[in-house]
Amino acid sequence: MSSHAAEPHTPVFVGAALAQLEALAPKYPTRMALLLPALWIVQQERGWVSDGAIHEVAEQLELTPAYVRGVITFYTMYHTHPVGRHFIQVCTTSPCNLCGAEDVARALLEHTGCGELGATSPDGRFTVVEAECLGGCGFTTPLLIDDDFIEGVTVATVPAVLERYS
Amino acid sequence: MGYPHPIHATETPVLSTHFGEVEARSYSGWVARGGYEGLRKALTMTPEQIVDEVKASGLRGRGGAGFPTGLKWSFMPKDDGKPHYLCCNADESEPGTFKDREILRWTPHALIEGCAIAALAIRAEVSYIYIRGEYTEPYHILQAAVDEAYAAGALGPNAFGSGKPLEMIVHRGAGAYICGEETALMNSLEGRRGNPRIKPPFPAVSGLFGQPTTINNVETLAAVPHILMRGAAWYAGLCLGNPKSTGTKLISVCGHVQRPGTYEITLGLPMRDLIFEACGGMLPGRTLKAVIPGGSSVPIMTPDEVDRCVTDYEGIAAEGSLLGSGGMIVMDDTTDIVYQIMRLARFYAHESCAQCTNCREGTGWTTRILERIVAGKGKASDLDLLMDLAENMTGKTICVLSDSCATPVVSGIQKFRPDFEAYLSGARAPVSLGI
Repeated sequence: MSSHAAEPHTPVFVGAALAQLEALAPKYPTRMALLLPALWIVQQERGWVSDGAIHEVAEQLELTPAYVRGVITFYTMYHTHPVGRHFIQVCTTSPCNLCGAEDVARALLEHTGCGELGATSPDGRFTVVEAECLGGCGFTTPLLIDDDFIEGVTVATVPAVLERYS
Repeated sequence: MGYPHPIHATETPVLSTHFGEVEARSYSGWVARGGYEGLRKALTMTPEQIVDEVKASGLRGRGGAGFPTGLKWSFMPKDDGKPHYLCCNADESEPGTFKDREILRWTPHALIEGCAIAALAIRAEVSYIYIRGEYTEPYHILQAAVDEAYAAGALGPNAFGSGKPLEMIVHRGAGAYICGEETALMNSLEGRRGNPRIKPPFPAVSGLFGQPTTINNVETLAAVPHILMRGAAWYAGLCLGNPKSTGTKLISVCGHVQRPGTYEITLGLPMRDLIFEACGGMLPGRTLKAVIPGGSSVPIMTPDEVDRCVTDYEGIAAEGSLLGSGGMIVMDDTTDIVYQIMRLARFYAHESCAQCTNCREGTGWTTRILERIVAGKGKASDLDLLMDLAENMTGKTICVLSDSCATPVVSGIQKFRPDFEAYLSGARAPVSLGI
């Protein structure tokens, strides 16, 4: 994990974000159980989970930063680096793969300018990654762009889909 | 097909009756469709009565294992003074499976009601619904429905004025297939890495937060209100094949059929009727090559096996595969089956939690050997090596992810050996890998 410790960290858990976290606390018998929800709040507020945020979450939940980092790296959906303004997940697992998902993924890399999977386009607009099974196997190819689940994307419709995201 | 879709004659809509109706998502819309009557009835019953009714219905777990639901509930301790938990597994991530998504999107109150009834049956006051992080739209719909159910008094400290507390919390995952394994799900919910736990202890003894826990799949729980309202005998009567397989099952069909989508069938329907009638069969000019009937973790079937197969737990097992989750992947004669098995192996390698050596190493080795085969660099001994690896990945680990990776490899080599040999001999041109 790259270190961004040198950058000053502006606390996430103040005001509404802190209230959101504390509203969840009575729903769980342990504070540790708030970890995934807390990380979602961080990502919703900042777009990614920085080193500073890891320390802040650890402090909030009475965990160590190393523990929090260990949990984050288990899951694919928390970004430990800044990503493009729009984060695109394209499913290429077998059911979608059978129906041309790799061609859709290539078209996404070309039309976003990302060039390769995991990279961010030079204009900072998009990051494209492959996802394992998005659960849209009957509606190939599904994309998850930020929080939008888009079914039935084809090579031909990729440019029109991307146009909706500035 | 997506919803709404015209119900095909081979279908039996029970859970899917209101799929496609936006109004059914709201509390008032659900009540107008007869919703929450099952919960009201359950609130007048003892836990034992609810368990007995579900036992008599023959309902079996719809997540993959097919374990009898009422029996599972009966394992929960009585009068132990501990908090009990219900977990709903909405971490639907098995390739080919997209049926629970329809329940979550269209009839969230059916799931809430089913969870509430199950919680009463196992003496739990708190239910957690663990939904995969990628299901953004279903999450928002489900959370809104839970909020509405609280506002209407169906959930809360005094459900429908019964004096019984029913709390329900929707918890988002964050991208990990393994969290669909029940003990991994519990670890994830507790704020840990999603590593499966060694069993025993089983969840009914020590599950979520170390307390007695029952975990059920979305589709299983959504069937429960219907059983309470219409009776166990009615549900048990929904059966076309073996009496051990009762009720309806959502089958999500994908791949090379004319009309992919989620179909609800009475268990026992011939598999051919589902694929060739409900789904419209193959695309023009194509023929069937293979079917993976129950999510990617089950053995691949040949067209001959499909022709004979009855779609229920016993019928598919008789043809050497499993009903599993009901995620059916259909492949026609244009399919490069070796490439697709490689792609499945890569899925499992990516999703291995890596705590067991045989899985961590085995899924990676299997993937790399299959990659070199399709890249034209395979060795004559590779098929034996894959089979040997598969043997060492089966029954050797804490959970069955490793077995699930081995299964399509073994059945693929056994049933489609000439496809592998074509790559090894050079008769088939190598292909480039991935993106």
